Amino acid sequence: MNPSVKVEEISKPADPLSHVDPRDLPILPKPYDDAEKIPAWKPLSDKAKGEYESSLDDTIALSIRKPASKEEEERLIRQFLDGLEKLFSRENNWTFLQPMTLSMENCAKCQTCAEACHIYEMSGHNEIYRPTYRAEVLRRLYYKYLKPGGALFSKWLHGDIELNWTTIARLAELSYRCNLCRRCAQTCPLGLDNGLITHDLRKLFSQEMGIYAKELHDNGSMLQLRVGSSTGMNPLVVKDNIEFIDEDTSERTGIPIQTPWDVEGADVLLIHNAGEIMAWPENHGAFATIFEAAGIRWTLSSESQEALGYDNINYGLFYDDVMLAKVAVKHAKAAKKLGVKKIVLGECGHAHKALTVIADRVLTGELNIPRESAMALLKEIVFSGKIKFDPSRNDFPVTLHDPCNMVRLMGIVQPQREILQLLCPQFREMTPHGVDNYCCGGGSGFAIMSGHNFEDWRMHVSGRKKMEQILHAFHDELDPSIRKYVCAPCSNCKGQMRDLIKYYDMWNQCGISYGGLVELIVNAMADAQPGYIEWGLF
Amino acid sequence: MSTTVVLYLITYLAMAAFVLAVAARFVKIFRMPLHLRWELYPVAHEMGNKAKYGGSKLEEVDWWTKEEGKSRINELKAMIPEMTFLVLLYEQNRKLWYRSFPFHFGLYILSGMLALLGLGAVCELYGVTIAAAGTSVGSVIYYLTKLAAIAGLFLASFGAVGLLQMRLGDANLRGYTSPATIFNLLFFLLVFIVAWLTLLFADPTFDLTRAYVQNLLTFNLSAPVGSALLGLEILLAVVLIAYIPMTHMAHFFLKWFTWHKIRWDDEPNRIGGAIEQKIIEQVQYPVSWSAPHINADGKKNWLDIATEEIEKK
Repeated sequence: MNPSVKVEEISKPADPLSHVDPRDLPILPKPYDDAEKIPAWKPLSDKAKGEYESSLDDTIALSIRKPASKEEEERLIRQFLDGLEKLFSRENNWTFLQPMTLSMENCAKCQTCAEACHIYEMSGHNEIYRPTYRAEVLRRLYYKYLKPGGALFSKWLHGDIELNWTTIARLAELSYRCNLCRRCAQTCPLGLDNGLITHDLRKLFSQEMGIYAKELHDNGSMLQLRVGSSTGMNPLVVKDNIEFIDEDTSERTGIPIQTPWDVEGADVLLIHNAGEIMAWPENHGAFATIFEAAGIRWTLSSESQEALGYDNINYGLFYDDVMLAKVAVKHAKAAKKLGVKKIVLGECGHAHKALTVIADRVLTGELNIPRESAMALLKEIVFSGKIKFDPSRNDFPVTLHDPCNMVRLMGIVQPQREILQLLCPQFREMTPHGVDNYCCGGGSGFAIMSGHNFEDWRMHVSGRKKMEQILHAFHDELDPSIRKYVCAPCSNCKGQMRDLIKYYDMWNQCGISYGGLVELIVNAMADAQPGYIEWGLF
Repeated sequence: MSTTVVLYLITYLAMAAFVLAVAARFVKIFRMPLHLRWELYPVAHEMGNKAKYGGSKLEEVDWWTKEEGKSRINELKAMIPEMTFLVLLYEQNRKLWYRSFPFHFGLYILSGMLALLGLGAVCELYGVTIAAAGTSVGSVIYYLTKLAAIAGLFLASFGAVGLLQMRLGDANLRGYTSPATIFNLLFFLLVFIVAWLTLLFADPTFDLTRAYVQNLLTFNLSAPVGSALLGLEILLAVVLIAYIPMTHMAHFFLKWFTWHKIRWDDEPNRIGGAIEQKIIEQVQYPVSWSAPHINADGKKNWLDIATEEIEKK
């Protein structure tokens, strides 16, 4: 690692700008305190280095092809400058112009935010991952190229920067070394937001230059808009899968369920992250069991074209306002078509935020259909007395991961805790938790990004703090014979948990497993057959 | 035109520049389009305990049917300590707080001193003598002004030196410190040093300064300042005051936006409400982003683009 890399060095040749040496990373708690026993970081292949821009650090998130000529480089630089201008224009960025301008123009560069960032901390304080590093690069470009007199005064006023293709390529990659968890923003004494700056940088690259993570765009938003879901499931496949889940769940719990589809005028339209249906079918099974037992008038929607009814993901939240708006409008159309009273969002943090909070200022008129968190409805059901519970069935150590989008960014803090406090006798909090939580390390789309060796970076650096927190939460019971459960009520976070547990072999070495909230609820239902949670399926 | 008249004119100009710069920056930000919600919890105006643990109305079933309560008391409980004592900095960056808090608190006290000088000047216009042995009101104003000047200058000077030392010496800050930042701190220090000298050697009773303020209020531009040192201090101080809102130090009032209009802006969009009207206007803005998947041409607006089907291969 180069601990003293300066902001202006982003434009200078170096391959890479800064190394991430696993020996520089903070030591994890036992039994991972021996660096030799931790999985090795695969180096980038020579082929990848030859084809793609890789001069930032030791990984690649975006697979940006190297320009073939000087002319192409110059065209890309001009395109970047056009995008920069649009980012600060009323017409093209009304969505975030005010907060972006404030964050650009008022930073005191006090670095108070730095220690709040889990990536900066757990990279061993690698300078390029400091929350202000990429913000400062953009700030200097903003003052130099957009402000009057920038060429003359910006170096003195704001610091030196040179714009070349290397700067742009590194900045693009650097915008995907942040989980957008906004923990840094929470600590800013001036109320500024480096997370927002990163978010808008991603927008500039996507909306102007067509540079994005293919997992988020091609295999995410675009696939969803084409077939109805980023999983690739069309309505026939999703119905078939749900039918199978219903049968399997009925058999396991002894409570017959049949998921209702396309019920007009239902009270609740439940929209899952469709990844649950593919990767964690027990999650939908648990929702269906709870809703049926509580007598909720609910439905799923099979809309996949004019409207999007069965996959609540909205990856536009992470990189592109246009994609965000397209998907949000189609989600609302699914609810409008059925005439439901409200949309309830399943266990998916980013979908919560995208549709409830962000799209709140996108949807107007009849499309402004009430949206509610499943956490709120589940709490009401659990405490309503409609279902009998036997908490002794959950008598194993449980801790709760707070999904950033749902907790810090929406203030949904207590419902899930109150459920766990009631149903899990050995529930314990992580430190810190609630709105002060740390991201799982898979936030902002990282959980589905594993190209090249990006998964190694995600496991070693961005997921390291959560790993440390989990081990601390269970520090007195790490014996693998004691089954432990990390409750992560968010598909994206669950994806990251699954990868962390597999990567570090945490089930075999520590007896740590993971899952959602609804699985714990059904596991404690007195009328269901015991043993809904399946352990150690890694 | 005499030097004295020029100084009075510069003072008026600087005050006008300060007001105009604050107004211009405020209006520029204020007139920006309504942005998408981007709140960050805890949101201080949440009711009851929610403000403390960071909860929101979104924790409730059918939250949109419930009364939209906002607690101004909770908001003040967060705002007043933050504005006065820089609580976030105290909690998150203690090393910097030891320098930044005295600097800022010193400036608050010095602002109070300016108000006391104005009050003293007005009182004198109405025949109240401001002096150690003056009337009870005059004596209180006299001592308060002096106390505020000494306390404010002491704290602000200590803070400015500390901030300069940290900017130059702390590896975390050095790479992010521009020459202008150092200039700003040196400018403050220069103003404070000349203020100390003025206080000690030129105008320990503030009689000359108060007279200057009185002359400003009565447009008596021919009255002498009475001390070259005081004249220099006035010149430096007013230029500094005019300069502040043109820099990132404008955060002293722009913080209102970052808290009230961003972090704590959880106002839901209601059908037929003012927010909805603004959204309807803003989705008419033309889009000219160039990436192929946006499919913009500079004529289509946000509504067109957001509702347009993508090409289905």
